[in-house]
Parts: sequence; structure tokens; C-alpha cells
Amino acid sequence: MSQGIPSSLVAGRPAAALLVRTRADRRRSLVNSAFQGVALLAAVACVVPLGALVTFVVMNGAGALNLDLLTRPTRALGLGGGAAAAILGSLQIVPIAAVIAAPIGVLAALYTVEFSGRRTATLIRFAADVMVGIPSILIGIFAFALFVLPFHQFNALAGSLALAIIMVPVVMRTTEESLRLVPGSLREASLALGVPMWRTALSVVLRTGLSGVAAGLMLAVARAAGETAPLIFTAFGNQLINVGGLGKPMDALPLFIFVNARQPYEAQNSQAWGAALLLLLFVLAVNVIVRGRAGRRNSR
Amino acid sequence: MAIDAAQPETPGAPEGRQNPQGRPPPETEETAVAGHAPGVRHAPGVGHSPELRPGVQRLPIAVGPGPGDLTDGAAASEATAGLLEVRHLNAYYGTFRAIRDVDLSIRPNAVTALIGPSGCGKTTFLRTLNRMHELVPGATVQGTIELDGVDVYGSNIDPVRLRRVMGMVFQRPSPFPTMSIYDNVVAGLRLTGRHQRSELDAVVERSLRRAALWDEVKDKLRENGMSLSGGQQQRLCIARALAVGPEVLLMDEPASALDPIATLRIEELIAELKQSYTIVIVTHNMQQAARVSDRTAFLTMGEDRAGYLVEVDETSRIFTNPRERLTEDYVSGRFG
Amino acid sequence: MTLVAAGLIVVLLAGITIRLAIESAGTWARFGLGFLGGTTWDVVNGVYGALPFVAGTVESSLLALIIAVPLSLLTAIFLAELAPRWLSVPLTFLVELLAAIPSVVVGLWGVFVLSPFLRDTVEKWLVGALGFIPIFSGPAFGIGLFSASVVLAIMIVPTIVSVSREVIVAVPGAQREAMLALGATRWETTRRAVLPYARSGIVGAVILGLGRALGETMAVTMVIGNKDIVPTRVFDQAQTIASKIATTFNEAQVGIQTQSLIALGLVLLAITLALNVIARLLVRQVAGDGGGLASGG
Repeated sequence: MSQGIPSSLVAGRPAAALLVRTRADRRRSLVNSAFQGVALLAAVACVVPLGALVTFVVMNGAGALNLDLLTRPTRALGLGGGAAAAILGSLQIVPIAAVIAAPIGVLAALYTVEFSGRRTATLIRFAADVMVGIPSILIGIFAFALFVLPFHQFNALAGSLALAIIMVPVVMRTTEESLRLVPGSLREASLALGVPMWRTALSVVLRTGLSGVAAGLMLAVARAAGETAPLIFTAFGNQLINVGGLGKPMDALPLFIFVNARQPYEAQNSQAWGAALLLLLFVLAVNVIVRGRAGRRNSR
Repeated sequence: MAIDAAQPETPGAPEGRQNPQGRPPPETEETAVAGHAPGVRHAPGVGHSPELRPGVQRLPIAVGPGPGDLTDGAAASEATAGLLEVRHLNAYYGTFRAIRDVDLSIRPNAVTALIGPSGCGKTTFLRTLNRMHELVPGATVQGTIELDGVDVYGSNIDPVRLRRVMGMVFQRPSPFPTMSIYDNVVAGLRLTGRHQRSELDAVVERSLRRAALWDEVKDKLRENGMSLSGGQQQRLCIARALAVGPEVLLMDEPASALDPIATLRIEELIAELKQSYTIVIVTHNMQQAARVSDRTAFLTMGEDRAGYLVEVDETSRIFTNPRERLTEDYVSGRFG
Repeated sequence: MTLVAAGLIVVLLAGITIRLAIESAGTWARFGLGFLGGTTWDVVNGVYGALPFVAGTVESSLLALIIAVPLSLLTAIFLAELAPRWLSVPLTFLVELLAAIPSVVVGLWGVFVLSPFLRDTVEKWLVGALGFIPIFSGPAFGIGLFSASVVLAIMIVPTIVSVSREVIVAVPGAQREAMLALGATRWETTRRAVLPYARSGIVGAVILGLGRALGETMAVTMVIGNKDIVPTRVFDQAQTIASKIATTFNEAQVGIQTQSLIALGLVLLAITLALNVIARLLVRQVAGDGGGLASGG
């Protein structure tokens, strides 16, 4: 070339010299090791809070978790009692929310996977993703404006509706994922037999994807069971046991924890820990069971 | 071939090749320290870091002998730089043996083609050479591979260092999409620290010229590498591999994702590059092997699904009169 | 029918926005955009300004990001690039499990365990070492902005880790191999090939985390101290939009006070919606349409 740089290619150069590590190589290798070490530490640090949290909830909650907590309603001014009103409340509010949210979420997922065009599906999916990101307390305000204000009455149903709104996009996205795993050949076989599209969707696609749908629903339930913010101005909370009075205020476990954590009495704080342990056990159990099973299938 | 454009007459070149006066001493920093007085860390003539040296000092192909000038090339190949000796090589993925007992000697300044049915371990073999194989979790190697007499699996060998000496070009062009053409070429050099702008400029031009891409991209070095055609992208990847100054170039089906014209350009480029490098090319295309290579190694799969070397010989012999029946079947079957 | 269900999601999204706008119309009419800059929240005289809560929200979330982002990115890199499968699978699971813990439980732990711990260790140390800088000056009570930020960081780590891990996993192997073959170390490969390729998705992951931090309610409410001031020190007791709503909405007089609280909510909604749209678009660009993002966020 024009620079006329002399060539090395004739004489050739044994690679031995080139393969010897230089100081720069050692520095780079050191940086690399440091990076790997720091990354490992970071990963460990991310798990530490989980461990600390579970440990303390178990430690502080185990003492409070007794028959009273499970069976007695709250008594005034920290005189003991239990979380029965809250437990029964959660057992009503959450399932009702699930019953409302499940069909909507599943149908919406069927629509995007089976019926709609790509663009509509993308739009709806996008809306669902964005909705997952809306702070749940705002959903609470929305439910308050819609279901409490007109009746001048805090009520359990409004709480269920608020939770349902939170659950719908979660159910939809998880359902979608499991429906997409249903092989197209199944659909075609059914359609070829003359089964109409809607029946194919329901009886073939949905049934095949059912376990995935159920898993998604369980995760949504676990999430809703721990939601507090949307219940504050809807279900409101109630010291008394309320069974079936959906038009009336009702307690729930997360509300119970929130309220009792803020009281100056140790007995109430301790009840909050007990309720937290109860809630944590439920949420972790659902997650471990569902994700442990589905994770193997879905994780990349 | 782009000989006319890429090969200006440079009268002083032959002298330059015989006279290594400007060639920096082969020592790296460490050997320099070991071999000389401690103070003499930077031998005279080493104006830049050792990593940069090979890429800078190598003479562009353009001044090398023309492709027809084979006697000259043969003279050059007597040099020992870039001689690979593979002995009793076994490669594993976990417990599965992918390569069984390969003995192969790979000559410098020549193209060695690896052919064989798919799944016979050609690519795995290639990746054992620059120790890319061991990056796969559970992948291991037994046996020895010597580069100019140095065991590349020796305990004192840093695979990261080794890969700079044995460059690799992959099946699919893989420019870094967030980098410009310029930055793609110097990506390897940037790893080893700061370099002066003028040094980098020189390496970019030299590497791109060697990869026969300079004329096409010299006016748009700042543009994104993804803006190039597939063939250009692959030559960019070759330039990127050359820029760090390797001795050996490992090519894994480098033209299989390209159209015929781009393929032709790559093949022409390989013919030029072999005058400076040891080239090992995996190809599924036997005509290509016949066209570009000097020697051909035929691998196939045994009963145990492990790939093994059937024979290696001059390419002309493999394709006309191989010693082994298996080779003949394979070669004639495809050509038949 | 499926169309109705799907449409309902879009309708809900729009409905929430419109409803909050309508319910807060009184506040906007009275104070206009000056509401955002007002520093007093005076129930007696009916003067309402959002600044203390906007400031508390933004400050706590940014502080949380400062803590969470480096930690999360390193973890995501570790899980996606470095860890062997037997380690990365359970670790990923544990990190995602952290996201499943109810906010109120994290808050309970935050009040009784974490903030006393921080008060006696990190905060004490910070006041001692950096106390001469006004924002780090004492006293530190545990309860306050700093503890809230640590709690928030813990809560957004799973979001950032799982989304950015997905994005990093989606980087083509060829990019890594190309860099490794040039003689790059793992670190150099990550920094120069993988992270640049995944950059927009990682930015998306961080924004998703930020969105979550801004709207997080219960845990913050329980540890931030609930004081209506514009915090100027990291140990100040403060209030976020969400915590202000959570603690006072039920006692509020229907009328301008409620409207002002809902107006706060609308501000929060606008910020989180915008962030979520941006984040989802960025992540989609790298990791595609699918992915378990719904469960991650």
C-alpha cells in the first residue's frame, strides 16, 4: 500500500510471543473477575430482603397466629380479639372479584388470540399492559366515584369491583400466553369438522389451555388478596363480622394489617403480624405452586 | 477479482517483505521484560501497544504477491507463523462426544477447508481451535492443539488472548448494530485500552482495504454497519477480525448466508488473505471448498454420532482421487 | 362477546382517566395549574397545593431508582449472562417472588424492622459521614423519605430485574460470540455488545420500575412519616401523592377537599400512564410482544 509499511508476513512470527499475557491482559482479566463478583453480590443482595422479610414475618407472626386470631372478631382499643372479620371479609371480597374478572379477562384473551386482527390485538394487549401499571390506589378512587359516591355508602361490592378491575388485565395477559401455546392444528381439526369458530374457541382452545388459564387466575387472586389501597375507600373495613352484606362495609386482611400496624398498642401490632403471616403464607403458596409448575413450561 | 483496484504496483514491496527492518520485535511486553534489562520495556520501534502491533504492521494484501504469483506465495508459506498442530482432539458437550480423536496439521499461509455432512462436528472442531467451544456450558476438550508449538490449552494460556491471535468469522454477518462502520472495525482494539486517533484511523483503513471493503465504505465510515448489504456486512466482520492482528482466521461457512455475487467476493478475498494468514474454513459447499482451499479435510460422523477425521490431503487430490472410500462416496455423491 | 370483554379493557383505561378528570374538575377550576405549584394544603381555609406531595413522590422514587438500578442491572446481567442454569433459575424465581409479597406486608416489615435498622446503621453513618451536606444532615428518625426510598427500591427491584433480564436474554447470541471472538472478556462482551444492544429495553425496564415506585402506596404510606412538607433532606418525614390520598381520603369532606385529592390522583395517573406507555414501547422494541410482562409488573 502507499504507506509502504514493511511486511511481516514473510519472515513470520511464532505465535508463542503473541500468546503471552500482557499486563493489560491481566488488568482486563482482573476487571472481569471483579465484575463477576460484584454481579454475584448484587444478585445475593436482591434476595436478602426477601429472606429478611419472610423471616421477620414468621418470627413476629407465629406467636400471634392462634385460634383467637382466626376465629374472633376485633375488639375495641387493643383489648385482643382476632382477625375473623378480616379473614371472612377477604374470603368474600376476593372470590367475588375473581368471579367478575375471570370471564372478562378470559374472553378478552380469546378475542385477541382467536378473533381479532393483529393490530387490534396489539392495541388491546398494550392497553392491558399499561393498565397493569396504573397505581392501584387510583383504581380505588375510580371505584369510589363509581360505586360508593352514588350510594353514599362504603360497600364490599365496590371493593370487589375495584379488585376485579385490577385483575382483568392480569388474567387476560396470562390467559393469552397459555392460549397461544395451544397448537394451531387442534383448531384446524375442529374447524374442519364443521364446528363453528366460537365453539372451537370455547371447547377446544380454552379447554386445552385451561390449566394455564387457571394458573393465571390463581396468580391474579393472590395479587388481589394482598391489595390494600383499592379497598380503603370502597370496602372501608369493619370491626364487625359481615357475612353476605355486600352493600355494607367489610373488613379484609390487608386492611386489618394496615389499620393494626398504625395503632399504638403492641397487642394490635402483634395481630397485624399474625394477619401478615396468614396473608404471606397464602400468597407465597400460590406463587410457589403455580409458578413452580408453569415456570418450567414457560421460562426461557 | 478486484485485483486491479486493490493491487497498485508497489515496486518496493518485495524488498520490504524480505527485510523485516520495520517489523517490531515479536516479544510482547512480558517477554521483553524477561529477555532484556527491566528498564527496556518498550523496545525501539514499538510505537504502540503490543495489541495494536500486529494489525498495524501487517502489510495489506495489496502489496503481497498476486494470486497468480504462487511461487512467491509458496516461499512465504515456508514461514512457520500460524502453524496449527491438532493431536488426539476430542470435544464433548457434557457427556456427548462431538469430536473423536482428530489429528490434523494445518499449514500457514494456506486455506484448509473442512467438509463433511452436517452434524459431523466441523463447526465444533473450528470452535475448539480458538477455544470458543468451552464457552458453551458443559463443553470440554481433550487432546492438544499447538499453535506454532504452543499448546493453546496450556495452563498459562489465556483464551481471551488466544482469540485475538485466532480471529473468527461467523456464518451470519454480525456487525454490532449500535456501532458505526468505523467503530465496528476497531471494536477489538478498543478492548485493550486507549489508542490514538491516528492509529485507529490507520487500522481502519488497512483492515477495510484488506477486506476489500474500503472503496465501498470510505465515504461513510460514520454510518451504521447495518446499512450495508449482507456481503458487505460479512466483509466488515472480516475487517473487524483482521483489525486485532490475528495469525489465524477461522471461518464458519462465511458465505452461506450470502448471494452468489457476494459469495464470489468473499472467496476472492479468502484467496488474497491466505497469503498473510492461516485460514481454516468450514463449508457445506463442496464447489466452494474446491475453489478456495489448498487442503481439504473430510470429517464424518461415526456410529457413536461423534465426528472424526476421515482424511486430509491436497484439495485437488481429495476431489479427484481420495484415498478413502468414504471420502470418494461423499465427494462423488455430491458432484454426481 | 369477546369483543365486548376486550373493549372493556380499553374503556376502563379511558374511563378511569375521564372519571378522575371529572371528579377533580372543581379543583382545576379554582386553582388551575397553580395547583401543581402550591405548597400549602390547608383544609380549614380551603387552599390546596400539590407541590409537597409531587415533590415527595418524585424524590422518593428517584432515590429508590438510585438504589435499585445498579443493583437490578447487575443482578439481571448475572442471571442472564453469568450464572449457570442451576443457579439462575431459582434466583430468578426468588426475585420474582419478592414482587408477589403484598405491599402492606412490606410496609409492616418496613415500619417495625427495616426503618429502626436503617436508623441505627445506614442513616447514622450517613449523617456522620455526609452530615455536612445539607441534604444529608440529621436528625434521622428511621421513619421518613430515606426509609421509604429503601422500601420502594426493594419493591421495584423485581420489576427492573425481570424485565431487563428478559431483554438481555433476547439479545442474539451472535452478538456475544462476535465480541468474544475478538478477544473480549465476559465483562467487555456485556458492556460493549450486550448492553448497547439491549439499551432501549433496559431503559424501558427502569421506567417501568419508576412507574411502580411513583404509584406504590401502602408500604410508602407506612414508613414515610406522613408530613405535608416539601422535603429538603433525605431523612425528612414526607408525604407522597399516593400516601396523602391513602391517609386522608376517607376523612375528607366531599367537595373541594376530595376534589383536590382526586386532582392529586389525576396528576399521578398522568405521570404513570405516560411512563408506562413509553416503557412498554421501549421494551417491546427489544423483547417483542409476548413475554410475561404482565406478571412482572
